[in-house]
Amino acid sequence: MPKRERKQPEINASSMADIAFLLLIFFLVTTTIDVDKGITVKLPPWSEEPPESLKLNTRNVYSVLVNASDELLVRGEPMMVRDLKENAKEFIANPKKRPDMSENPKKAIISLKNDRGTSYEAYLEVYNELKAAYSELWEVEADRRFGSKYENLDISQQKAIRADIPLVISEAEPTSFGEEG
Amino acid sequence: MSKFKKKRGKTTPAISTASLPDIIFILLFFFMVVTVMKTSELKVAVVVPEATELQKLEKKSLVSYLYIGKPLAKFQSIYGSAPRLQLNDKFATIDEIPLFLEQEKLKIQEQMQPLMTASLRADKEVTMGIITDIKTQLRKAGQLKVNYSARKRAGALK
Repeated sequence: MPKRERKQPEINASSMADIAFLLLIFFLVTTTIDVDKGITVKLPPWSEEPPESLKLNTRNVYSVLVNASDELLVRGEPMMVRDLKENAKEFIANPKKRPDMSENPKKAIISLKNDRGTSYEAYLEVYNELKAAYSELWEVEADRRFGSKYENLDISQQKAIRADIPLVISEAEPTSFGEEG
Repeated sequence: MSKFKKKRGKTTPAISTASLPDIIFILLFFFMVVTVMKTSELKVAVVVPEATELQKLEKKSLVSYLYIGKPLAKFQSIYGSAPRLQLNDKFATIDEIPLFLEQEKLKIQEQMQPLMTASLRADKEVTMGIITDIKTQLRKAGQLKVNYSARKRAGALK
């Protein structure tokens, strides 16, 4: 039998673009490019026993209380959230070596206590300000020591700075005076 | 001078669209890669608070989400208006968190499990009571890496 010579018909690819377009539009519509951001914290491990009471020098403790009406009491004095960062920075670094502020940044401890009725927004605002105080101190230290921005330092340099100005925010069990809801 | 003789009277040649599918395909692949399909439908209203000290959550596969907020209006007749926790697609109680975390852990590779982050997507209106209970539960379950989801704050504090 003679082999029939068959010509392969060419596939028409002109509609390829349309198909691709359709898919493209689908993915365009469903895409949400919102990177998830937030404040990362490391919680302390749980233990059944009550924490041992450390004898801390009161000058090294920066106590922040947030009540159910989202008001702040910092070391026994009422304060606005917007003043918290500068105040905390002064406390941690203690540039004037005042006797009522931290001996050195290594010994400074921030104690944060809130009420069960405190709003999450207020809590996060306070937490954010305290963290901002530390990151600004790190920034200053990075500039002084390495002459560059903190985020541009390599990991060991960042660690060295963090070891000298450790971020210690200790959170106490909240009180429950306020109304929840 | 015939080299530069103008070819007048001729129609402009059609632009070749042969490479158009390729361009579209590149765009398509880009969007396919960056697309994250919405995993769970929100049943609670969540407007995250604003902050400045934000860190990006790098690996999406290592993040498990806990939503906290008031139930949406259509669920309020059943669940009330008190803030509730949502895990995956349904309302949950705080006692269900350890099981949820275990299930999330199974989804990721073993060596990556210590890097798992719990992202608290909590509404800014909720009170610290429920947040504290959840945090306590997370600590009991050994999930210590937590991220408080927040948006970037543009202006100064009020």
